[in-house]
Amino acid sequence: MKIILYIIKKEFKQIFRNKGMLPIIFILPLLQLVILSNAATYEIKNIQFGYVDADNSSTSRELIEQFEASTYFNVSEKFPSEKEASQAMQEGTIDAYLNIPTHFERDLQKDKTKGIGVFIDAIDGSAAGVINVYITQIIQNYNKNIVADLIQISDTVQKPNSIESIPLFWYNQTLNYKTFMVPGILVLLVTMITLFLSGMNIVREKEIGTLEQINVTPIRKSHFIIGKLFPFWIIGMGLLTIGLILAKVIFNTPMLGNLGLLYAYTSVYILVILGMGLFISNFTDTQQQAMFIAWFFIVIFILMSGLFTPIESMPKWAQILTEFNPIKYFVEIIRMVMLKGSGFVDIFPLAIKTLAYAIVMNSLAVWSYKKTT
Amino acid sequence: MKRFVGFVRKEFYHIFRDKRSLFILFGMPIAQILLFGFAITNEINNVDIAILDQANDVASKEIINKIAASKHFSIVDIIQQESSIESIFKKGKVKAVLQFENNFGNNLIKEKQANVQVLTDATDPNMASTISNYISSILKKYQQELNENISIDYQIIPQSRMVYNAELKSVYMFVPGVMTVILMLVSAMMTSISITREKEQGTMEILLVSPLKPFQVIIGKVFPYIFLSVINAVVIVLLSIFVFNVPVNGSLFLLGIESVLFIITSLALGILISTISATQQTAMMISLMGLMLPTILLSGFIFPISSMPLPLQVISNIIPAKWFIIIVKGIMLKGIGIGFVLKETLILLLMTLLFIGVSVKKYKIRLE
Amino acid sequence: MMKDNNVIQVENLSKLFGDFAAVNQISFQVKAGEIFGFLGANGAGKTTAMKMLIGISSPTSGKATVAGFDVYKETESIKKNIGYMSQKFALYDDLTVKENITFFGGIYGLSKKQIEHKRRELVEELGLQEVTNSLVASLPLGWKQKLAFSVSLLHEPKIVFLDEPTGGVDPITRRQFWEMIYKAAHNGTTIFVTTHYMDEAEYCDRVSIMVDGKIEALDTPKKLKEHYKTDTMNDVFLKLARG
Repeated sequence: MKIILYIIKKEFKQIFRNKGMLPIIFILPLLQLVILSNAATYEIKNIQFGYVDADNSSTSRELIEQFEASTYFNVSEKFPSEKEASQAMQEGTIDAYLNIPTHFERDLQKDKTKGIGVFIDAIDGSAAGVINVYITQIIQNYNKNIVADLIQISDTVQKPNSIESIPLFWYNQTLNYKTFMVPGILVLLVTMITLFLSGMNIVREKEIGTLEQINVTPIRKSHFIIGKLFPFWIIGMGLLTIGLILAKVIFNTPMLGNLGLLYAYTSVYILVILGMGLFISNFTDTQQQAMFIAWFFIVIFILMSGLFTPIESMPKWAQILTEFNPIKYFVEIIRMVMLKGSGFVDIFPLAIKTLAYAIVMNSLAVWSYKKTT
Repeated sequence: MKRFVGFVRKEFYHIFRDKRSLFILFGMPIAQILLFGFAITNEINNVDIAILDQANDVASKEIINKIAASKHFSIVDIIQQESSIESIFKKGKVKAVLQFENNFGNNLIKEKQANVQVLTDATDPNMASTISNYISSILKKYQQELNENISIDYQIIPQSRMVYNAELKSVYMFVPGVMTVILMLVSAMMTSISITREKEQGTMEILLVSPLKPFQVIIGKVFPYIFLSVINAVVIVLLSIFVFNVPVNGSLFLLGIESVLFIITSLALGILISTISATQQTAMMISLMGLMLPTILLSGFIFPISSMPLPLQVISNIIPAKWFIIIVKGIMLKGIGIGFVLKETLILLLMTLLFIGVSVKKYKIRLE
Repeated sequence: MMKDNNVIQVENLSKLFGDFAAVNQISFQVKAGEIFGFLGANGAGKTTAMKMLIGISSPTSGKATVAGFDVYKETESIKKNIGYMSQKFALYDDLTVKENITFFGGIYGLSKKQIEHKRRELVEELGLQEVTNSLVASLPLGWKQKLAFSVSLLHEPKIVFLDEPTGGVDPITRRQFWEMIYKAAHNGTTIFVTTHYMDEAEYCDRVSIMVDGKIEALDTPKKLKEHYKTDTMNDVFLKLARG
């Protein structure tokens, strides 16, 4: 026990002495939390919208006014013909445009129905889908107005059936993205820092030769490993704490669940990451190799964690792969606990998997750490 | 010049001798692009939902059948009372609950008006609003079928055309992004580490006192990585074309030139990082911690930049990846020529010069 | 009993890397309290052999005991009884002199009082009073090496292994270094030292000379010189190395 303390003390001294690293460990992640949480939004706003109005009638102008009135659209330009509009889309200056054909008003009055061209830049498929919904809604509302006018004139029309769907958004009535993203990004940052630092740590001593000096001492390998990793565990917990405070103060992120539960879970979770870091350290000879491997896994963990894109929509095999993604568990749990107030029983199935993961990972890491070659 | 060639050759030997790193350098980007190309999508499919049917009549059954048939949803639970909603949300078992009011069908027949509540777990706002949009459109369709024989006058019918990506494939969006992130991080990381490594081991001094100019030393160190990154870029483009069927509507040659430019930008950034870090550890942490999330989040890779708050839109301009993503999407999907991406190209070029300029200045200061 | 007097006992010890025998069936004994020189050209297998004896590399075959413990099964007991100073400087550059001493004392399980006592003694002996709170990185190489040697003796091991301890050090410091070695030997510590400076071999009680993984000669420097009819150890070595 005393021996472990000596190692812990030494590690802390080395960490705090490295002036170049301190801001990277403590300031960079928190800065990113504060800034980048604002970036992660699927909400579609400020749609750059153009139109071609070949009809130039009162109906077509009214329709355009509907778009001008909407907060989602920035109606930027009226194009003389479709050619110019399409070119503007190619340049990327507009995201969508409406093509109102000649005789639009006349045909609508005559045939009671008339098509209208809607063109959407669909490279970002999901955004295009949303834009399409907005446009359709505006046009349908406009249709209703015309219909409403008509019903006043004659009562002969039968009242249509109507099914109203009433959306109720639980836990986040205002659909605030930051509430959703802040906890998730906090998880990422805690994970990245602890994985990179622990992954580099032992291989660094290997590279500079001090590890050999340690290996000829009678120190027990479990003591050595605990002593080396504990400081990073503390750093991880510390980052989580500061991150949670920032989340509350800056983003007013709710904390509906039990804070103790979150900490208890995190304490196990960080063990998974540290075990992983140690495992990487054991199988590499240089820091460079260790970092490439850590980088490889962290990119996969981040993009397949359900943080930015939904796991449900992935193909089955990919969903199975995510079972091995520790970040996925933590992201889900931190959101459940903070935003929904889920309790121990609710998170138990996920937490038990994390615990098993921690045990397996650390056993592997300790087993593969060899004092002899 | 001969000396320089010799030096570059030495660098190549270094890299090719370390088989493990080489494997990592080439294997990882391929593994990642394959994985992400197939797996990542921001479509919303197969969402688990529950039904609370208090009416249990013909109309509600018909609607439930329609929802069950949709690829967007899978009904995993039928619940009996409202009080269970909270617990299934808290367990995270379902993302939405569809609640039919009492006498749903009767109301529809008698009053011509009936209500369905769509309760969503809105911790994920995107998921929640998309789910309620999908459900409301399923309901609208059902409503239209009921109203088939009632004519509604004056209809403007939007005929939407999804330009550049008719089938709304996520892969069109993500392949250029993944390619950019991989090239950026691998290039910046490789150079910053390999230069600081020489610094740390003291071999940099030896190189700097050699007759080679500092500038040549740096170019010599970076040159092999340009070569490696270009190979990576070629492999990624081939995979996107042949595995993911992403079209290259524009000029492949232009795409190549732009890729080389972006690789050089990333390498220059790596050099800059190496000038400000004393140890490999610092260099790695800067290139990983400092670049990874901003490159993923502020480049338009996943989240549209135009929807971000204004300050972030401004910040996004200093992310080289943003400009390269615009270029790649433009050339591959929109099929545009150099004329349309001139601005983006110039910005990348300027960034590269800036990175190199600052690095050279920093090195000079150190040498004095 | 002759055997009890041998603190290192090696019999047909080998280490193979693939087909290559880095150490090829070496046998020798080291007596308690002697300064044993382990010579050989670069790449002769000295370091590999030494790593097996200090328990950080497993032998492929053969037998060996160090301080009475088996190199296969009792490596951790060996480690309690030995000190080691590697070829590569292996103290922490980013810790101060004082912190390095405290750390290594600590992980060898010395008490706080013992560490404190040892530290004073050591700092005084090496004349490091001025720099106890300076980072090790800022010390000249010679001081670092002397410090590393002292640190390897902190826990008063029975045997200390030194792997080319004087590489790259100026002649005066080398001299001082050897005085430290003599002192430690005088206090009863067995010294096992590798070197490729042949003049240093003269300071040893006995030397072995390794060529291509095998021990080609083993005796006192005096007898070796007589046997090979030369004046210096350097010539002995050249004769052997050239076969």
